[in-house]
Amino acid sequence: MYRYDEFDAAFVRERTEQFRYQVERRLKGELNEDQFKPFRLMNGLYLQLHAYMLRVAVPYGTLSAPQLSMLAHIARKYDKGYGHFTTRQNIQYNWPKLKDVPDILAELATVEMHAIQTSGNCIRNVTADHFAGAAADEIEDPRPVAEIVRQWSSLHPEFTFLPRKFKVAVSGSPHDRAALKFHDLAIEVVKNEASRVGYRITIGGGLGRTPYIGYVTGDFVEKPDLLSFLEAVLRVYNENGRRDNIYKARIKILAHSLGEAEMRERVLREFIEIKRAGTLQVPQEEQARIEAYFAPPEFEALQDTALPADGALGQWITSNVHKHRAPGYVLATISLKPIGGVPGDISHEQLDGVAALMEEFGYGEIRASHEQNLVLPHVKQSDLPAIFARLEALGLATPNAGLISDIICCPGLDYCDLANARSIPVAQKIATRFADGKRQHDIGELKIKISGCINACGHHHAGHIGILGVDKKGVEFYQLQLGGSAAEDASIGDIMGPGFAEDEIVDAVERVVDLYVTLRRPGERFLDTYRRIGMEPFKNIAYQEQLHAAH
Amino acid sequence: MAQKLTANRLIDGVVLYWRAGGWTESFAEGEVLPTEEAAQAALAAARESVPRNEVVGVYLFDLTGAQPLKEREIIRALGPTIRPDLGKQAAR
Ligand code: SF4
Repeated sequence: MYRYDEFDAAFVRERTEQFRYQVERRLKGELNEDQFKPFRLMNGLYLQLHAYMLRVAVPYGTLSAPQLSMLAHIARKYDKGYGHFTTRQNIQYNWPKLKDVPDILAELATVEMHAIQTSGNCIRNVTADHFAGAAADEIEDPRPVAEIVRQWSSLHPEFTFLPRKFKVAVSGSPHDRAALKFHDLAIEVVKNEASRVGYRITIGGGLGRTPYIGYVTGDFVEKPDLLSFLEAVLRVYNENGRRDNIYKARIKILAHSLGEAEMRERVLREFIEIKRAGTLQVPQEEQARIEAYFAPPEFEALQDTALPADGALGQWITSNVHKHRAPGYVLATISLKPIGGVPGDISHEQLDGVAALMEEFGYGEIRASHEQNLVLPHVKQSDLPAIFARLEALGLATPNAGLISDIICCPGLDYCDLANARSIPVAQKIATRFADGKRQHDIGELKIKISGCINACGHHHAGHIGILGVDKKGVEFYQLQLGGSAAEDASIGDIMGPGFAEDEIVDAVERVVDLYVTLRRPGERFLDTYRRIGMEPFKNIAYQEQLHAAH
Repeated sequence: MAQKLTANRLIDGVVLYWRAGGWTESFAEGEVLPTEEAAQAALAAARESVPRNEVVGVYLFDLTGAQPLKEREIIRALGPTIRPDLGKQAAR
């Protein structure tokens, strides 16, 4: 794992002390809220519906066991005993007191954590494929690149006040688990015909009010040129991005109004300029230093074995265990989606329990996924029964990764100040409706994603089934979208039509899913069937009962 | 339409309601402001506690009968609907 150097440590320490001073001044009245708000947002502190909310960064989703234990400690000591993993691989606390936040940040700093770049119009905390460094299909671990981007962007004076926030994701595998095409900028490790490793750069993706799929603007960027290329993109954005209208300020708007050809040309022009100046290269030894931190653990020479397929353990393995690059090892998803629970929530006892499990069986490392689950990246196949038993005892052994009850869901109106409708209760009811394990496995891969407003933190545009909560004259309604995908076959879901009332939405989803089961061809996922037959049959069945009622 | 007035306490973020020149943590104890004039007068008075660094985010919201009109304010007055053990509802 990456360890802070003295610059990182000093930087975080300074920021924590600065914020302590700013909080003191705020509480004494030397700063008013308008003056203080930018400072608190720069340190990940929001004011939500019930209380403050602190968003702690988990760079590229990677956490060590001591860090997880610290997150448990903070939940226990300063919050209400739990945290919430978000779709940005961060963790949020929903009830911190302003007066405690400097102490929380100081405690986080002791395990090299912070809340910087989780808010504001800067380059945000970089997200990564949660299988990075372990996936069987990976070309190269993308996290060193993420770390380089983090270091480059953390203090970059030119990019501290961008027109809007800027989200970067990285992946090293052809299978996209990081929603690359829905990021402002995505870096994908690729190989060219000569088998040389470089980067494909995609820009202009995004969700929210105006969803766009990103397009490739650099087909193959040579490794030493990466920062120059990123700087070129950021410069074009900084100079041309709109600052007059918050809804049009993201790079996606610029990228899609300029068009692919023009954008490519402008980026290329900047890139050549920057290259000519010849300044922006990652020094070889720094690159090597960072890469060394991400070196995989020393795997034992093992053979793959037949994994248990029966009973509860077998069911969990079928859905939650994934192929690893090293023989005899696997990745294991710890689902934070217990049936009827709050997606992404985890208690302090569970955090501590998982930290102990990581130490014992997982080389002390874990990942937070954008799907709001945790992933043990390196576990021995022979340890699976013991791990499963421990997870069962912790209430974390739900066998549903990638299935219909593994729902991505934003906090919605239960917590969020911007929400139009609740999202968590809808997720809970859908998961409960499809609780039967056999039924879920029979339905197969089906990604439901729910947002409580158009900001789309729950990625509803990218759900095979997406649900958007809307407010109709003070009453919660839910719009259905079908056919979205956040994977390499990215697509934006189609809106079905008028929204469903809170007591109708789960039935509508069930009718849609049942129709898929009836109409699917062998091997087809929900998404495949939808793409083959289109919206009409699903729309008819979803609205059926309302149509009957209307006649 | 009758209204109530709410804010968050600066030091810890707790949701507060306006009552007779001060603040209470309880929605039920919050003062019903029956007319727009009463509401605006309360708002003007309450805004004075902003520079005193007691509260942030002061605003009025509508009632229907004794209850908030909007779901948002109902949830704010009680706590998350999915965690009855948290928020103001937990203290009952
Ligand atoms: S999508 Fe909307 S309701 Fe959900 S967390 Fe984001 S801003 Fe809040």
